Parts: sequence; C-alpha cells; structure tokens
Amino acid sequence: MATLNLSAVTKSFGASTVLHGIDLNVADGEMIVIVGASGCGKSTLLRIVAGLETPTTGHVAIGGREVTRLEPADRDIAMVFQNYALYPHMTVAQNMAYGLRIRGTPKDEIARRVAETAGLLGIGPLLGRKPRELSGGQRQRVAMGRAIIREPKLFLFDEPLSNLDAKLRVQMRGEIRRLQQRLGVTSLYVTHDQVEAMTLGDRLVVMHQGRAAQVASPMEVWARPADTYVAGFIGSPAMNLLGGTLAEGGAAVQLKAGPLLRFPDGPRAGGDGRPVTVGVRPEHMLRDGEALVTVALDLVEPLGSETVLHGTLASGEVLTARLPGMVPAVGSAMPLAIPAEALHVFDAESGRRLDA
Amino acid sequence: MEDAVLARRAMARQRRGRWLAHAALALGVLVFAFPIWITLVGSTHDAATIGRGDVPLLPGSHALENFATAWGEGGGRTHTTPAAGMLLNSAIMALLIAGGKIAISLLSAYAVVFFRFPLRMAAFWTIFITLMLPVEVRIIPTYQVIVNLDLFNSFTGLTLPLIASATATLLFRQFFLTIPDEYVEAAQIDGAGPLRFFRDILLPLSVTNIAALGVILFIYGWNQYLWPLLIINDRSMETIVVGLAKMIGSGDTQNEWNTIMATAVLAMAPPVLVVVVLQRWFIKGLTETEK
Repeated sequence: MATLNLSAVTKSFGASTVLHGIDLNVADGEMIVIVGASGCGKSTLLRIVAGLETPTTGHVAIGGREVTRLEPADRDIAMVFQNYALYPHMTVAQNMAYGLRIRGTPKDEIARRVAETAGLLGIGPLLGRKPRELSGGQRQRVAMGRAIIREPKLFLFDEPLSNLDAKLRVQMRGEIRRLQQRLGVTSLYVTHDQVEAMTLGDRLVVMHQGRAAQVASPMEVWARPADTYVAGFIGSPAMNLLGGTLAEGGAAVQLKAGPLLRFPDGPRAGGDGRPVTVGVRPEHMLRDGEALVTVALDLVEPLGSETVLHGTLASGEVLTARLPGMVPAVGSAMPLAIPAEALHVFDAESGRRLDA
Repeated sequence: MEDAVLARRAMARQRRGRWLAHAALALGVLVFAFPIWITLVGSTHDAATIGRGDVPLLPGSHALENFATAWGEGGGRTHTTPAAGMLLNSAIMALLIAGGKIAISLLSAYAVVFFRFPLRMAAFWTIFITLMLPVEVRIIPTYQVIVNLDLFNSFTGLTLPLIASATATLLFRQFFLTIPDEYVEAAQIDGAGPLRFFRDILLPLSVTNIAALGVILFIYGWNQYLWPLLIINDRSMETIVVGLAKMIGSGDTQNEWNTIMATAVLAMAPPVLVVVVLQRWFIKGLTETEK
C-alpha cells in the first residue's frame, strides 16, 4: 500500500519525444486509469513506473521512496500484461509462485499464499494446469493471481482485458474493480477503452500526444472536459464541436450554424468576436427548444430505446444527436434544439476550456 | 449423363494419382534401403561366400560369429581396433561435439538476442560468417593450431575445432527472437536476473529445439571423417567411421567383408537409435514452438 508520485517525467526515443513532462500524484489505495488513443504515450508511462523503461528526465517515487533508477524487481510492484505473459512451461501454481521463489520465501509460506490467492480468484482447481490448457478468462485470473500473491505496493495493468471477448471483458472489469477495492492496493491501469476507464478509475488521466490532457474523476472528465480533445474522446457518440464567436460582451455565443446562445452560467472572457468552439453532447440535443438548427440527416441508427442521428448543419459542420424513441428516416431535414445549459465552451485556438 | 462421365474421369484420375504416388515412394524406398539391406545381409555370411563374388540377397547363418569378431577383435586388412572401443570413441566424440555446440550456441544466441552491448551485431556477423568456413576449408591452420597446443591425439583436439560453428547459434537466435518480450519483462518484475531467466524460462522453452538440434549434431559428429583421420593416429582412439574405412584394403588384398559389414552395421546403429528415440521431440522441435 503506497502512494505514487511522478514529477516532470519525460521520455524521448532518439529525436522523438513520447512524454512531455507528466506530473501525477496517486493517493494510497487509489485506482488511476490512464486512457488515450494508441501512440499517446500511456504504455510508455506505465513502463516507466514499472522500471522497464528509464525516464529521460523526471522522477518516480513509490511510497515516498525514490525509485527512478531502481530495477523493476526492487520497486515492489506487480504487473499484469496484455497477453498475460504466463510462463508456458510452468503450471498455474508455479507461475504464481515464481516471484516468491526467487525472493527466497519459505516453501510452506509460498504454498499458503498460493492457496489463499487461488481461493480469492476462484482458480483453485486450475493450479496444476499449464497456461495453454486455460481459457482466456482463466489466464487473465492467473495473471492477476501472479500480481496479487506478491502483495506489492503497486499494481500495474497494461490493457489486461483487450484480449478477451466483449462479454468476458465486462465481467472481468467488474472483478478487477471489486478485487482492487477489497485489497486496497494502489493501482495504475492503462487502457484505450473509455468505458473501462470510466467504470474502473477513481480518477482518469486522459493522455494526448505525450501530455496529460486532464487528470480528474470520471464524472468530472465527462461533465467538464479540460479541452476539445478530452471532450471528443470521452463519451459515445463523441461530443459535437461547433464553431462560433463570442457575442454580447461574452455573455453569448453566435454559432456559425445560425443561432445565438446565451450562457446561463455567466459571461466568458475575451469580448465580442473571440473565436470559440462550442461543445454539446449528442444525448443533450433536444427535439424542441429555443435555439433551433436544421440538420440534413444522412444516417439514422435506431437502437431501440433511442435513435442516433448523423447529419450536417447549414454551416457544413457535422452534428450527431441521440434522441429517445423513434425518429424519421434518412434524407429528411429536421430541426433540433441546442440547449444553452448543456454547452461546453473552448478557446478555438488552444482548445482549452473557457469557464464563466 | 455428362456429369456421370465427369465423375468417372475424376475417379480414374484420383486412382492414377494414388498409384503414381505409391510407385514413386516404392522406388525411393528401394534406392535408400537396398544398400542397407546388402550390408545387413553381408554381415550374416562367412568370408568365403562373399569372397566368391556373387552377392547374396538373403541372410546367411554366420551373423553371431561375425558380430562377435567385429565387436571384440576387429578385422580387415590390418586388424584394426575392436568395434567396441571405436564405438565408445565415436560416442564420446559425437556427444562432446553435440553438447559443446549446443552449450556454446545457446549462450552466444542468448547474448546476441537479449542483451544490448557495443558491437553486438558485429559479433553476430562474425559468428555468422564462420558458417561459410566449414572444417575442410580451414583445416590446415586448424591442424597447425591443434598441434601447437599439443592437443594431437586427444579428445579435446578432436572435438574443439568442430564445436566452433555458427549453425546452431543461428537457429537458437531465430528461436529466441520469437519469444515475446513480455516473458522477459515478467521475469524482470518477478526479480529473475539474467542467469535465472536463462535457466528457469529460456532453457525449458528451448527443450524441443535442443533435442532436435542434439539429434542433428550428434549425427554430424558421429559421421566426422576427415578431421578424426588427421588428428588421431593412436589406434586405441580411432573412431568407428575412420576405423571402418581403414578396414577396407585396396588392390589385391582379400577383404574380410563379413567383419567389415558387421562393423558397418554397428556404426550405423547408434545414429538410428538416437533418431528413433528422440524422433517425437525432433519433429516437434522442427515444426512447432511451445507458446
């Protein structure tokens, strides 16, 4: 059980810089999910914490102890790999015991902990089997067991669910979360899946091009995205981002698509004419309201309880809306309302969020 | 109607194909097996029968005494070493060569694949280039070196130059490259140092490859002729392949073909035995990797 502190961690491979200074403080027992598209540097960050890579500059401290230059084995961490990396020639029990055996843990102690961990994960009957005789979900559990048995200060998960089928993924997601809460071990979890990120994390780190675009709780990230990248990345379907300029001294926005929307929460800085990007989530679009835009529909996806509409506005911008119930077929134009209270305002140039 | 004709033709074609395949196989078996059959048969007749010049095609009744002579006394033109001793020498040589090659190439492939050090690729290419220099090409300098080191007439001198070769290194390198990085990383996190990783993870994963290579290298070592011929002149250290050749005289001398054939059978037996025993592993090692 420990805290994790990253300060100004950067990583360059030759000329290309993968991480541009990451700062992160993880509290004891917290589960942090690092989420981002592929190539954003999330795996590199995890590997730096694990000690499999050395940061170019910056420091890593686990439980207050500086570990930047230590070997992975000396950091008291455990890692679950994407392809599980179970040693194929060892049985489940041997796989789990290997780390303890190397550390010279007494035999009876190892046996006790293997049995205990296997009981915790429900893999007792599998202990004598080889990894290739296990299903994907079972391998996943064994990989977890290998991490848990060491009772490390820190769990690291590198996209552990991406090799499972959809149904198993949902089930294992729940199990990982329950287990982590029960054991109370500080955890770092890397994924590209926003649903995993939202459901698993106490806090999220949304990575974008080697930077932490936002570090906040899942609801905070959803409700108040820090910039247009986060806004577009979290939420499905993705948030609509529309161009506009500030009007009425910053108290309203004039959309390119037509309507003028007044901010209910107060004026934005910058004055008239400042270019902004306005975000509105598809599920917040309304069929009726004050600020109407006309959407030329090109795709209608009925999902039963709701319908997802894709279309273009008069300004040429693309708009997606998720509406309850049934909605007319493709080809027709339909008016939709943008509710002013659900708006997110971003600076058009930097993409940063503008608050009242 | 049309379809019935087509179906009949297809059947005929299939039958013809099967027949051809079997004929080709039978021919192959005959070509490979016939000399061995002659050897086997030859080892069961007395010297006079073979000496008359007509080659018997059916086994005779002198098998026991021929093999006893070959095993215990030796025979041929100059009464060579008994086969028992030569078999032992050959076995020692073949095992040393196979074992030595595997040990050296496992270690060098491990270094080349899993470690980053200056001139790593240069080292690899240097090893690789020796592939193009078989023993025969470098035989004179090698001979000079071995004699200068006073290793003439010794097993060290016999096996050392044959152990240094790149084939096995190359094969192990290719195999190691297929081992996912995650195993290395998982072992690092588990706290396994380089030697531990080698012993606990890499070696067990390589078992089938080691067995397959072991078979090939054992036979390679067993069949060595030129080098043992040069480096050994103490008859008690003679290997069976060389000894067998020395049993056959030239010119007018009367060869004891029955003893020679029996010795030849004895010389063939160990490689066959190794292949038969290790066959399952051998095929596994060449065709699949455990993952």
